[in-house]
Amino acid sequence: MDYFLELFLGGLTRGSIYALIALGYTMVYGIIELINFAHGEIYMIGAFTGLIVISVLTLLGWNTVAIIIIAALVAMVYSAAYGYTIEKIAYKPLRGSQRLSALISAIGMSLFLQNYVLLAQTSNFLPFPNLIPEFGIVKPIEHIVRSTEIVIYIAAALVMVGLTVLIKFTRMGKAMRAVAQDRDMAMLVGVDVNRVISFTFVIGSSIAALGGVLVASHIGQVNYYVGFIAGIKAFVAAVLGGIGSMPGAVLGSLVLGWTESFFTGYISSDYEDVFAFVFLVLILIFRPAGILGRSQTDKV
Amino acid sequence: MKKPIGRFIVLVVALALAGLMIYGCPQQEEKKAEAPAPAAPAPEPVEPVKLGVAGAHSGDLASYGIPSVRAAQLVVKQRNAMNGVGGRQIEVLVEDDVCKPEVATNTATKLVTDKAHVVVGHICSGATKSALGIYKESGIIAMSPSATNPALTQSGDYPNFFRTIASDDAQARLQVDFALDKLGLTKLAVLHDKGDYGKGLAEFAKGFLEADSRAEVVLYEGITPGAVDYSAVVQKVKRSEAEAVIFGGYHPEASKIVTQMRKKGMDTIFISDDGVKDVTFIKVAGEFAEGVYATGPVDTSKNPIAMEAIEAHKKEFGEDPGAFYLNAYAATQALLNAIEKSGSTDFDVLKQTLQNEWVATPLGIIKFDERGDAIGVGFAVYQVQGGDFATIEM
Repeated sequence: MDYFLELFLGGLTRGSIYALIALGYTMVYGIIELINFAHGEIYMIGAFTGLIVISVLTLLGWNTVAIIIIAALVAMVYSAAYGYTIEKIAYKPLRGSQRLSALISAIGMSLFLQNYVLLAQTSNFLPFPNLIPEFGIVKPIEHIVRSTEIVIYIAAALVMVGLTVLIKFTRMGKAMRAVAQDRDMAMLVGVDVNRVISFTFVIGSSIAALGGVLVASHIGQVNYYVGFIAGIKAFVAAVLGGIGSMPGAVLGSLVLGWTESFFTGYISSDYEDVFAFVFLVLILIFRPAGILGRSQTDKV
Repeated sequence: MKKPIGRFIVLVVALALAGLMIYGCPQQEEKKAEAPAPAAPAPEPVEPVKLGVAGAHSGDLASYGIPSVRAAQLVVKQRNAMNGVGGRQIEVLVEDDVCKPEVATNTATKLVTDKAHVVVGHICSGATKSALGIYKESGIIAMSPSATNPALTQSGDYPNFFRTIASDDAQARLQVDFALDKLGLTKLAVLHDKGDYGKGLAEFAKGFLEADSRAEVVLYEGITPGAVDYSAVVQKVKRSEAEAVIFGGYHPEASKIVTQMRKKGMDTIFISDDGVKDVTFIKVAGEFAEGVYATGPVDTSKNPIAMEAIEAHKKEFGEDPGAFYLNAYAATQALLNAIEKSGSTDFDVLKQTLQNEWVATPLGIIKFDERGDAIGVGFAVYQVQGGDFATIEM
């Protein structure tokens, strides 16, 4: 039973990490139906920014909790600026054209950002200090779950709830839903579509940066390539849960995390990815729109 | 009547001219090609020896590849200052393969097109394997400072391949001997990263352990490189009650696994390979790296040629050399020595010279066996102690 619980929590950690990235993916897709492949790179840039801020503030001798909070905030703001700029440079000029063009532009942006960080920073792995303190209440179960992991669970849950509230109950959320349903009509009734889309990218990017800082604290290292693999997995999770749906992204991430964890634990980690993707295929065969996705007919 | 004839004549003339052009062009070119030929024999020695250096020079594993480039450049600089090899200057051609097999074929083709005579490289086993076929077809000898996959020499598929590093099974043998004889362990887990290098090594370790009645392999698994979390596999190791993990792979995964094991309060012994014996591992894993064992090439710090080579590196680049620097230094020296001794860059002549002539290198005095492995090069066990790798006496 202990073993089951350990695997369950391991899967929960993986799932929550995927969820922090998948939420941004799914939000952008929900509004402009674009798979933003550069999202994983925003996550990576967030982690790098966090590392730089942490290094500077550690030199100044600040309190570690203050450092990690400030690092996360700076990373979120900085990455949000990146998200905003990427949308303006790479996606907005292509908004009227085919979806494929924007998709290729997104892949190009992803490669550009990876190589930019590779050249501007380093190709080496860099150590990322774990500044999240060990909570007293976690002590007895420390061999199973650490406080960093608990912070990741809480962050993923809070972000999911926050985004759902934002979209369901605020004025901006209403505008987002309107743009998602019919961009032209929304524009006609006076919704500032450009602002709504920019806002979506800013929020999505800052969530990715938060994920970047937390995950880097958990695994203790960053390099320019971390965003790519995490991004692919998070994308799978978003599709699994039903792309465009917030609870779907989290559910899909958790299902993927648990699938990987239990499969590794009880069968073999050799075919972990194979099993995860077989599972994805099975779900898409029976529910083509994902677990929580609503199937919709194409707008003609 | 006149007009059709006129047209006919025009047509014939046009065809004849076209014919002339078709036949004329190559003749002209042939003449051009022939023209400088009589003059060529005299300045023949001026043609430089082209030494290709291929490997990972950017990307994740650049820290393994860059030292080879520097080693080759330093040896060549020294040689060129002393009249090159047999009066011929040496030119270094550097090509990056990012450690990827699919890129390595392009890298190799580029070096063949640029008429490299010999190649130092590649760095990673997978990339080396995919490049070797291309060198083989062109009769070019490639000597790797770091590709340790046993099949590269033992399969006999690549008669053009040499290396200045011992193969993986030598390393696995040492790891198993160390774990059983020195540490007296009985239950071991063997993990690998599913790559050519890591899995190859893990399979040898598993084979040696199973052949030995003293120990038992309680877990054998491949992990997914680059994953965000390894807690499931770490829990599995814990559940298997293994006393030690033998890991085949590179430092990014090793540091994640060690860190997660230590954070879960496990003091399982961690034994790994020269893909982990890299300062980056200690830097990234920090305090958790302490006590980790890794096998790597024998310490050559007391060899005068090695000291000289390291000094030259410090002078030129202002820092200590990285992984495989001395192996690459030795490879470059061995190749240039063979060219000088034989006075040729012909494949068969060079191969024979490499197998027969001893050469003094930073790794000791070496030559090569018929399969291409260096005689006189080996491994030792190291342990992370106080933030550095220390040699363990066997």
